[in-house]
Amino acid sequence: MEAQSIKSESLTGPDARGRFGEFGGRFAPETLMAPIEELEAAYCNARKDPAFQSELARLLKDFAGRPTPLFPAERLTARLGGARIYLKREDLLHTGAHKINNCLGQGLLAKRMGKTRLVAETGAGQHGVATATVAALLGLKCVVYMGEEDMARQAPNVFRMRLLGTQVVSVSSGTRTLKDAINEGMRDWVTNVHNTHYLMGSVLGPHPYPLMVREFHRVIGQEARRQILESTGKLPDLLCACVGGGSNAIGLFYDFIPDAGVKMLGVEAGGRGPKLGDHAARFSGGRPGVLHGSYTYVLQTDDGLISNTHSVSAGLDYPAVGPEHAELHRRGRVEYTHVSDLEALEAARLLARVEGIIPALESAHALAEVLKRAPGMSREKIIVVNLSGRGDKDLGIFQSAGIL
Amino acid sequence: MPPTIITRIETRFRELDEKRQKGLVVYLTAGDPNLDATEGLLQALDRAGADVIELGVPFSDPLADGPVIQRASERALRSGTTLRKILERFPAWRKTLHAPIILFSYFNPVLQLGLERFAADAAQVGIDGALVVDLTPEEAEDYVRTMRAHHLETVFLASPTSTDARLKRAAQLSSGFLYLISRTGVTGERSEMAAGIRPLVERARRLTSLPLAVGFGISTPEQVREVQAHADAAVVGSAVVHAIEEHYSTGGPAAIEQFVRGLKAAAEGKSV
Repeated sequence: MEAQSIKSESLTGPDARGRFGEFGGRFAPETLMAPIEELEAAYCNARKDPAFQSELARLLKDFAGRPTPLFPAERLTARLGGARIYLKREDLLHTGAHKINNCLGQGLLAKRMGKTRLVAETGAGQHGVATATVAALLGLKCVVYMGEEDMARQAPNVFRMRLLGTQVVSVSSGTRTLKDAINEGMRDWVTNVHNTHYLMGSVLGPHPYPLMVREFHRVIGQEARRQILESTGKLPDLLCACVGGGSNAIGLFYDFIPDAGVKMLGVEAGGRGPKLGDHAARFSGGRPGVLHGSYTYVLQTDDGLISNTHSVSAGLDYPAVGPEHAELHRRGRVEYTHVSDLEALEAARLLARVEGIIPALESAHALAEVLKRAPGMSREKIIVVNLSGRGDKDLGIFQSAGIL
Repeated sequence: MPPTIITRIETRFRELDEKRQKGLVVYLTAGDPNLDATEGLLQALDRAGADVIELGVPFSDPLADGPVIQRASERALRSGTTLRKILERFPAWRKTLHAPIILFSYFNPVLQLGLERFAADAAQVGIDGALVVDLTPEEAEDYVRTMRAHHLETVFLASPTSTDARLKRAAQLSSGFLYLISRTGVTGERSEMAAGIRPLVERARRLTSLPLAVGFGISTPEQVREVQAHADAAVVGSAVVHAIEEHYSTGGPAAIEQFVRGLKAAAEGKSV
């Protein structure tokens, strides 16, 4: 296991400066730098500690519900008439999305570091709910920052967090979405560094967050690999996942990177069109810049001001992408594309009706792209889609979009 | 920086030293409420005796700033202020100003303009240096090299959480002065002074001979004097920006000049 992790790590990094190729790094206010260094040291230490790893493994199994099934979507496959489609059912995890993998890892780490308080940002609310859940489980205080607009469109998750004992703080600055929630979370952290851990919810932020969050989600790809080999005897031909910050995607992709025969597809939010401000497709509309601690692809103006974004899916509605994805894009190892709001909504409805699974709108972006690709692939080919979350939180959006 | 060139900031701190006075550094967001107003406000700060003026470049995501400077950034952005426009307008402003001016920015606008172009243009229009709030020493190698090639000052921050190693590195890369953050947290006015200032100043003194300016949360003449008991200069930001927000529309630059004069009087040891 350790040998494998070293081998595959050498593929994309990060190096000692937290760089994946030229992307990543550590751009943060000075007050946060010592805590970030402390976090890095604590993480490196915990990662090598069998007691930490076994506690995490136990909670992933007994509390979160791992391993998650790899489900052959036979009726969907038959309907599309092409490649065989498998769904990695992260939606079945406790709290309803893959986010809990990372929250358990960072929560245990925070506790190990003697921190008594967690702060986090949330877009769709899935990361906020997972953080609130872990805080309750581990007896830590928790404050979650959420954009005003996201609180309105993901109201059920706001109630969940409050029920779990978390304080949800509405963010009304800037665009009132995920990026502004991160700004507010960072401001809290910089003020309360002595007792607080910032529980970053994606493969974003200054080093070591992109590394650490990836490592906590690698279990997705490790399980999928074992499961697909058990059930089909071969590796998949295509992996597909949605990319907001990119944590569910990197979790699925990472352990397949050395397998040249496995193609990978990251799907961003195409929103309502290609105009800056109408989407969150960083690789088609953005260019490298620095946001929230990391050098990566960012949607921005010519003057380096961060652009507004739009997506029907709050979890993808963010102007930057994880730096490791920027490097995988540069290398051409992962193909990045985007689908529109409407395509995602339609894909969600189709999956609900054909397989009896209501996906989160984030995950529906990955499905929407698979609907386009699968028919053109032969029946021997295998596609694994990361069904990163469930759609209960999105019922209001389905309703207002006229999908019900 | 070649030792033969004496910069405006060095000269200013030397003069203060000769007069046995401490310095006052004042922050202003460029373009708040618009770029035309900035010219008059810079002159007001200069007349009031600001020893160094930090000219803030508004950014869409000012995560190190508290609500007062966030609002100033939003006003400035709404009036169309960009780094490019600040640099275009600056030569006209420089002519009437005596104080050294450093740009206070987040990294992305600088990066998008290009390090070389930023430094070349800043030097050409008479800017004295820059402080990039989210650019820490480990990522700053190219930036410092480029700035020094154009004889611009590079001011870095050290915080109560900075280790001695980090403090030392920040001092090595700084020129003009070293900016010490009085407390953990974002920018903004505070009613009480942080207890950690003195230990931080003492640690910094052991590691560098640069002038030490202390900022974050300093808003009244009393606080300015308290900081100056230990440090070489006090930095006042949000309080000045707040004064602009409250009084500029009715009192114009004169109202701000009066407020800063009160701070400066404290710096000169006069009763306030």
